[in-house]
Amino acid sequence: MITMAFPGRFSSLDAIRNFYARAGEQAGLDKDSIADVELAVDEAASNIIGHAYGGEGKGEIECSYRVLPEGLEVIMHDHGKPFDPEEVSPPDLTSDVCCREPGGLGLHFMKSLMDSVEFSFNGHGGNLLTMTKFQKRAVKP
Amino acid sequence: MEVITSKLKRCVLLAASGRIDSSTAPQLQNAINEVTDEGNFKLVLDMTNVEFISSAGLWVLVNAQKKCKRFNRGGVVLTGLSKRLHDALDLAGFIPYFKNFDNPTQAVGSF
Repeated sequence: MITMAFPGRFSSLDAIRNFYARAGEQAGLDKDSIADVELAVDEAASNIIGHAYGGEGKGEIECSYRVLPEGLEVIMHDHGKPFDPEEVSPPDLTSDVCCREPGGLGLHFMKSLMDSVEFSFNGHGGNLLTMTKFQKRAVKP
Repeated sequence: MEVITSKLKRCVLLAASGRIDSSTAPQLQNAINEVTDEGNFKLVLDMTNVEFISSAGLWVLVNAQKKCKRFNRGGVVLTGLSKRLHDALDLAGFIPYFKNFDNPTQAVGSF
């Protein structure tokens, strides 16, 4: 497993996306899948900074990955407030533009772009987010 | 992230470039605010050179649309959307909020 810690600041997002884009290349993901991973980790890290830490400069985001035989496992660890995905209401995707209120899309993006998304919180250990992205299988004729 | 603003006869063209995430979205927000603070509510956003947009950037577009739509014939139209940007807008459920044109000339001509 490869791990790198980034400061919990929005200015880290570019480096976090690049870290996982390189991981995606190592895991044999295609260009579109790597772009999906980049957007998912950006949303995850933004949520960690904005919600778990409640602002910038409050703690680090430990970013890890594992290259799997069939794809990439992304692991993001923070020491912020516990996050329970069950408490997040699904975004309202159909209202008129006047009624849409900012926020609430991060988790929806992560779940839509990745093949699996799991959260766990273990007391002093903080939040652990594990996401996987599988290689696209060759389409059989 | 950079934004080049061009004031045209019928509307204002904002050409964004680079990556729009939680770190850079405020720059786009500021560029839009400068234009709307001067009373311009017909905006074309040229996204041709935008390589990446997260939900933070998408909300800037939606908030601009909400603001501009309040004024008579005001609005934000988009041009130069790559497939990835289009997919991100779609995932957010934002496609119905914007007219999308193939090129800036058509977008400007829509006002």
